[in-house]
Amino acid sequence: MRSGNPAGSGDRPRADRGLAERVADGEIRAVARLISHLEDGDPAAEEAMRALRGRHGKAHLIGITGPPGSGKSTLTDKLIGVFRSRGARVGVLAVDPSSPFTGGAILGDRLRMQGHATDEGVFIRSLASRGRLGGLSRATQAAARVLDAAGYDYVVIETVGVGQSEVDIVKIADTVALVSVPGLGDDIQVIKAGIMEIGDVFVVNKSDREGSDRVVREIRGMLETAASLKRSALPPPVDSLRGRGSVTGPGYQASAPSAAAPGADAPASATEVAPAPGAITMSPEELAHHLTESAYNVNLAADPELPPVLKTVAETGEGVEALADAIIAHRRGLEASGKLVERRLEGIRAEMRGLIAFRLLDALEGGAGRSREDALARAVLAGGEDVYGAAEELFAALSKGGMP
Amino acid sequence: MDKKIRVLVAKPGLDGHDRGAKVIARALRDDGMEVIYTGLRQTPEQIVTAAIQEDVDVVALSILSGAHNHLFPRVTELLVEKGAGDILVIGGGVIPEADYDFLKSKGVAAVFGPGTPTKSTIDFIRNNIKRK
Repeated sequence: MRSGNPAGSGDRPRADRGLAERVADGEIRAVARLISHLEDGDPAAEEAMRALRGRHGKAHLIGITGPPGSGKSTLTDKLIGVFRSRGARVGVLAVDPSSPFTGGAILGDRLRMQGHATDEGVFIRSLASRGRLGGLSRATQAAARVLDAAGYDYVVIETVGVGQSEVDIVKIADTVALVSVPGLGDDIQVIKAGIMEIGDVFVVNKSDREGSDRVVREIRGMLETAASLKRSALPPPVDSLRGRGSVTGPGYQASAPSAAAPGADAPASATEVAPAPGAITMSPEELAHHLTESAYNVNLAADPELPPVLKTVAETGEGVEALADAIIAHRRGLEASGKLVERRLEGIRAEMRGLIAFRLLDALEGGAGRSREDALARAVLAGGEDVYGAAEELFAALSKGGMP
Repeated sequence: MDKKIRVLVAKPGLDGHDRGAKVIARALRDDGMEVIYTGLRQTPEQIVTAAIQEDVDVVALSILSGAHNHLFPRVTELLVEKGAGDILVIGGGVIPEADYDFLKSKGVAAVFGPGTPTKSTIDFIRNNIKRK
């Protein structure tokens, strides 16, 4: 497979041009180098990012998250295949954990994406979490922006294998696909706060295994309950049931960046009735089941906010086409309702807060900061100071612009 | 923040034994490096693409099949061709000492045979990576 866009080719770097310019041209080595600079906190990164401002915002940022071993990498591999078959270029950021002791890491997600190893329309980068909690690394958000600016139509961000509370992906991705597998726990797990709240599309992978239907039911039940608690007393218009008859909704035409090849075999014509914003897409059988299950509250079934729950077998690719469609439909819904802007603003706010927090922490890590911190910690241990007072003192010193 | 050393550990060719590669990967990890592990049966093209996208400082090739005189030079050639000749390439596995000079003449910076203490490999990497 080869993209029609020559910008993706791994040209020789031309040293006479700036890093940002080379990134904007999609030059692989420059893209890779800028991501490294971002990871290392190199000042060259800030300069390049400033030069690239305004060049991003086109790509669909997709988060893939879920517990270790749930099949995130294999699913990502198959999603790349679907997007490529539609002529789009795909960037991938795969985050794996760093050792809390040595800072080293083994980054193995790429292992499962070998099918696209030499496809010039695909860029895969492994990122180590480098001490950051929350399922991502410090540089992930900026790295996604780099891939966006380099012209990738889809940027898939695979988080570390998560537990219950690594939810940072929701601040970066337009669409979060939460991957579950059968056999992880009972139905109380799905109503707990945290990870189960952030899915825009729910995936039950390895669905050829026993118990997958139960997981689907439990997730749906959770989503319905959440929706019924949230919804207003007004029943939605009957019309909102329209357009949800099929799993394969219209493709990505409306919002596809121009790099997506024309003539890609998009599944439906643009004239087809588009699903309502954020509409769930399900088969008639599923719809019937859904209506029966929620018969005690018919209105529930019509809730256009209810995220889809899809079964996949990533290993064989089963269900992945429908997953891609659901992901695309979600983003279209966000665009149509204006929520994409809201969501991205939220993400930028979170990123700015993160940058401030990192600066404070870096200042603490510096020589003077560290010794002041150490002295205060000792004072707290000895009982001469309390931890709140000590923190107050440190914070005051930091916010005055560095350590005394 | 400090600059992390990133290493691609790759197995070119057709042999199916990656125990040595995994031991090296683990040792480098424990030394604080970031190791990208891409698994068995990689073509030189796959290795070079990964090395560039991952922006590694080092490509560590492990091979037991005997095809090193063909595959290692192909990797170094492709790296130069793609403008990534500054990436340090080292090799390991079952490689006759008689071939070391040939491989070095083709741009493989060092070859580590069976029984090399992992510390030697780590020190070599730390002392020889080309960009800091």
